[in-house]
Amino acid sequence: MAVQKLTIAKALNDSLRKALETDPKVLIMGEDVGKLGGVFRITDGLQKDFGEERVIDTPLAESGIVGTAIGLALRGYRPVVEIQFDGFVFPAYDQIVTQLAKMHARSLGKIKMPVVIRIPYAGGIGAVEHHSESPETLFAHVPGLKVVSPSNASDAYWMLQQAILSDDPVIFFEPKRRYWDKGEVDVDAIPDALHAARVARAGTDLTLAAYGPMVKVCLEAAAAAAEEGKSVEVVDLRSMSPIDFDGLQASVERTRRLVIVHEAPVFLGVGSEIAARITERCFYHLEAPVLRVGGFHAPYPPARLEDEYLPGLDRVLDAVDRSLAY
Amino acid sequence: MTVESTAARKPRRSSGTKRAAGADSARKTAVATAQPHDAEPQLVQLLTPEGERVESADSAQFAPFVADITTEDLRGLYRDMVLTRRFDGEATALQRQGELGLWASLLGQEAAQIGSGRALRDDDYVFPTYREHGVAWCRGVDPTNLLGMFRGVNHGGWDPNTNNFHLYTIVIGSQTLHATGYAMGVAKDGADSAVIAYFGDGASSQGDVAEAFTFSAVYNSPVVFFCQNNQWAISEPTERQMRVPLYQRAQGFGFPGVRVDGNDVLACLAVTRWALERARNGEGPTLVEAFTYRMGAHTTSDDPTKYRRDEETAAWEAKDPILRLKAHLLATGGADEAFFAQLEEESETLGKRVREVVRAMPDPDTMAIFENVYADGHALVDEERAQFAAYLASFEGGE
Repeated sequence: MAVQKLTIAKALNDSLRKALETDPKVLIMGEDVGKLGGVFRITDGLQKDFGEERVIDTPLAESGIVGTAIGLALRGYRPVVEIQFDGFVFPAYDQIVTQLAKMHARSLGKIKMPVVIRIPYAGGIGAVEHHSESPETLFAHVPGLKVVSPSNASDAYWMLQQAILSDDPVIFFEPKRRYWDKGEVDVDAIPDALHAARVARAGTDLTLAAYGPMVKVCLEAAAAAAEEGKSVEVVDLRSMSPIDFDGLQASVERTRRLVIVHEAPVFLGVGSEIAARITERCFYHLEAPVLRVGGFHAPYPPARLEDEYLPGLDRVLDAVDRSLAY
Repeated sequence: MTVESTAARKPRRSSGTKRAAGADSARKTAVATAQPHDAEPQLVQLLTPEGERVESADSAQFAPFVADITTEDLRGLYRDMVLTRRFDGEATALQRQGELGLWASLLGQEAAQIGSGRALRDDDYVFPTYREHGVAWCRGVDPTNLLGMFRGVNHGGWDPNTNNFHLYTIVIGSQTLHATGYAMGVAKDGADSAVIAYFGDGASSQGDVAEAFTFSAVYNSPVVFFCQNNQWAISEPTERQMRVPLYQRAQGFGFPGVRVDGNDVLACLAVTRWALERARNGEGPTLVEAFTYRMGAHTTSDDPTKYRRDEETAAWEAKDPILRLKAHLLATGGADEAFFAQLEEESETLGKRVREVVRAMPDPDTMAIFENVYADGHALVDEERAQFAAYLASFEGGE
């Protein structure tokens, strides 16, 4: 059956399985990805079926994982690397930024770097320090990298395969608190382009733009606003580098208002770039300044405070009200 | 015995009486007494600084790896070193004349690079740092291609896959992981080629190098780590990088380490051939520490007179890699004056060509800024390219 109801976690697992079956050059690498199947079980059963040469348990060394993946890509492989948690990507940040991102450019296009770095990211699971961060801006800012995040099972399935097929390095942020959300996946569908924004809910009064874990919050906010007679459109950006400004602009020109929502700190975040560019593109369409809702300029708080830190329904609706009040 | 490293020398701690003199002085004493570097290093050596062939207990196992080297081969190694030095000297001069923004000279390290470089097969793959001009020479990379980065017209002007010689890597130690990953791929492919990663004594302090050692050991990867210990990491001496001889570090990772006389081209050739053979035979990684000396500055930006003594440099001058092979060739009748004269002529031709090519290097096209940022394209790059092109075209007679 083409359409299945899957959790995001299972959709990712199926997607990796498909990639391993399709291309013998695809490799899975990371800490605990083999016998354990990853701490979130995203690689569950893959080593059993594809062997230790394809699904590789690595030493606990993130720079080593990414650095050797670069070498494997130079040899013609397509490594899909798992970083166990968002806060652990920083030991590999040097390899990602100074090496992976620049290899194609500095070789004048002679070398391709088809490396995918999967990172379970963002908060909402009550974890300890360094297990709930949203560092997407730090990667989106780097030329040479592509940065995406699915918000639902279908995108999880398709976007991961598209990322693996890409000849550019892709940072693939998985919203870990949504791993167990179920959705329909049509494995025979023709998927959206990897970097295209998608209207997740149509509306006429205001556009809410989000990606990854915040799409669900925005959909809930739009449903709540509808009960108050407000028609809110939700755009799932899906990609933070590049950002589909054309798609977003089309929405904002319809609704004339924009609120951007993400978990990462607002200051110099993805929302800042969107606010600047949409203001430039849609200056004469906008009825209100572009507003942003997100994390604070503070370390990610202890788990008992994360409900206050993370944008929830009320903070999003408050921003909707502020925008509509102009 | 230098192979299969013996136990590391334990630093002698300062005595209690020293400690009584004050914590600061005690710490200084501990650091000073921990240095193994004052001792004469154990080296695999096949050619003495005077040009005599020798075989010690340490070097006996490696001598067979150069048993096939003919007098003609020796002349070839000599030629490689002379031309590499000439190219390097020309590049230094070009930097002084303002034609290059920077140059990282290999002066003094010719034997380490030519010896190891000539040990390689065509299908082996090299991951250099930014000073491996001699290795590039051995790989057949046109030396003028090495200058583009230093002139500022590109970040590396050659296709790495043409000569199996990767681009220069400036972040020190990064390439040791690339080499390890590449070697993991070689093993997966079932190929019998080997990979060699070059780095320096300073880079050995980087975490990436330790991670490369770990990965290559646990995956038994066919990689040779070739460290040119040239004694100085810009102004930092080796005492600021390590407290045991560098080659001994391999032992902790579970593979052999060897210290070779880095100014002895024959010994470098022999030891590298041995290490490459281990890699090809599935015996995993090897660390080779080529004990050598950087006769010049780290790059043309620094001033070695500020941080090292003239006597030290003079002592290393006496170990010059080119002079010792010349002495050997002369003493054994392996080369005559006509050979040296012809080589001198060839050097001049090379120097002239390098000068001409560098001065003729065109600046890259402005729009190259936007090229090859991504393999599959990127909307933002496309947008900025179009905007900048329109901006340039807005000038009268604009492009």
